[in-house]
Amino acid sequence: MTTNGTHGAVLKDATPGSGDRPIVELRNAGKSYGNIRALHGVDLTVHPNKVTCVLGDNGAGKSTLIKIISGLHQHTEGDFLVDGEPVRFGSPREALDKGIATVYQDLATVPLMPVWRNFFLGSEMTKGPWPVRRLDIDRMKKTADQELRNMGIVLDDLEQPIGTLSGGQRQCVAIARAVYFGARVLILDEPTAALGVKQSGVVLKYIAAARDRGLGVIFITHNPHHAYMVGDHFSVLRLGTLELSADRSEVGLEELTNHMAGGAELTALKHELSQVRGVDVDELPEEKDLTAPVAAHPEGTS
Amino acid sequence: MSMTQQGGPAVTTPPAPGPKETDGRTARRPLALRLLARPEVGVFLGAVAVFVFFLIAAPAVRQGSSMATVLYQSSTIGIMALPVALLMIGGEFDLSSGVAVITSALTASMISYQLTMNVWVGVIVALFASLGVGAFNGWMVVRTGLPSFLVTLGTFLILQGVNLAVTKSITGNVATDDISNMEGFDQAKKLFASSFDVGGVEVKITVVWWLVFAALATWVLLRTKYGNWIFAVGGNKDSARAVGVPVSFTKITLFMTVGFGAWFLGMHQLFSFNTVQSGEGVGQELIYIAAAVIGGCLLTGGYGSAIGPVFGAFMFGMVNQGIVYAGWNPDWFKAFLGVMLLGAVLINLWVSRTATRR
Repeated sequence: MTTNGTHGAVLKDATPGSGDRPIVELRNAGKSYGNIRALHGVDLTVHPNKVTCVLGDNGAGKSTLIKIISGLHQHTEGDFLVDGEPVRFGSPREALDKGIATVYQDLATVPLMPVWRNFFLGSEMTKGPWPVRRLDIDRMKKTADQELRNMGIVLDDLEQPIGTLSGGQRQCVAIARAVYFGARVLILDEPTAALGVKQSGVVLKYIAAARDRGLGVIFITHNPHHAYMVGDHFSVLRLGTLELSADRSEVGLEELTNHMAGGAELTALKHELSQVRGVDVDELPEEKDLTAPVAAHPEGTS
Repeated sequence: MSMTQQGGPAVTTPPAPGPKETDGRTARRPLALRLLARPEVGVFLGAVAVFVFFLIAAPAVRQGSSMATVLYQSSTIGIMALPVALLMIGGEFDLSSGVAVITSALTASMISYQLTMNVWVGVIVALFASLGVGAFNGWMVVRTGLPSFLVTLGTFLILQGVNLAVTKSITGNVATDDISNMEGFDQAKKLFASSFDVGGVEVKITVVWWLVFAALATWVLLRTKYGNWIFAVGGNKDSARAVGVPVSFTKITLFMTVGFGAWFLGMHQLFSFNTVQSGEGVGQELIYIAAAVIGGCLLTGGYGSAIGPVFGAFMFGMVNQGIVYAGWNPDWFKAFLGVMLLGAVLINLWVSRTATRR
């Protein structure tokens, strides 16, 4: 609740052109699909050199949020500002041109295409005049290899279809690609969701590397532990609205976990489980142990 | 790097999955397997097998003139199989491509004859009509998101009906009038339907066009931005769109390329036979699709080549003429083709599974 609509404007007046100005800002933004309100009243700011984590359970509106910022969908209420200017993207291309790159959880790459073709897909290097303008394959391969090495990814064969890489490697290739193409804002859609512990660590390392290169990162996840390792600001979404928006200094991992899981719901669930034989509820935490400032559910203790 | 240098032993034992997962190193697959993984290699072997088979079974095939006939037959399939294959790599079908050839030929013929104009006027109008049909197909597919199978099935039926009805209402006949004595005919015939002499053997010019188009298609597919986009929109449309590939533009222009192929083949038929039968072309679209699939293009898109369909079309032409030269009953032609198609698909499946396994 510390960041709201006026945050960016105040800073901009105080220190014009400073690096602390938000690159991307959502003010009271929302999206309806027909009569379904997927998202409403969401405020979000993304600063360079900062990782903004967006947390939420399935169906909380995380995907809708990033689709608005990345240009796949358009918001239906509120404002969406890039560098202080209101924008409305018609396609992902327009978002890319503004320096907003998205690494999707499932649609990051074309599996059957070689690694280097995937790296440059949509922004291919060419040489020669128009009728014989052709791909500059040598330069692309060299650049892709160099960029991947810079991010600490070493591949023997850039000709191999990217589908043969592991999930973590694919994420890293996609992150390296976004960084190379001059992204100022990097949106990562659950990059660690399908990964093992070690590979998640690798991806988190690249998130930190991207942040240190001066990018603003939006890290979408439903794992508060991963978020807390790299995050500077945390926004928790629940049922399409913002449940929590707090800087790292204002929130602990435990509270974050509790918000994320929905503390009151957990208590209700514990009550329900106690009616089922074979579940040992004594081992589960009491409601008072959960430190979140959420209203107690009367049914939970009855 | 240690994994890469033990290429020898890796022939029989697959690389250990453990270290490969963590540091991204893969044992280099042996050259033979990597070659087999190319989409056109399976069909190349198939074409060689069919060629050798008929060389032995039908002595007449060994003559140069028979070979020219086989190549001519192959080229009329191959010129259309190329754009159909590109479209297939781009993830779409065109069932209207067979009758679109006739539509193009009818348009050129009737515009020239009925308005008594230079045949080139008809040829140019037909080009725009064919590109228009392609653009319509592409626009409908992109705009509605319907499967191209359904959209082009609709176009197929529409064109079939229009071909017959319009021709009958204008000429009062199912065929168009002979345009061979019209202005510009000889010029156009030179371009679309002439033949030339190679060592005493008369070779049709369509064979040259076929190979020129194949070279062009290969270059576009592998060496240009647009080729990259074709693989991308067929392989994963949503990914492609998300990284900024103009998906709609790519798909619509692919359909228009099929339109261009239909125009070219239509002009060839018009200028080699002087008239056009309005009911022809039905069923040809499946031959083109089959040639592309035999040529190693993945039916679901995202994988294939332009060289593969060249060999695919050659196999069709070879079988088609080979049966005749071998003196067999040509009624069996379609059955033979069906067996060949199934065989080719099975071999392709086996090859790609063996070659891409890691």
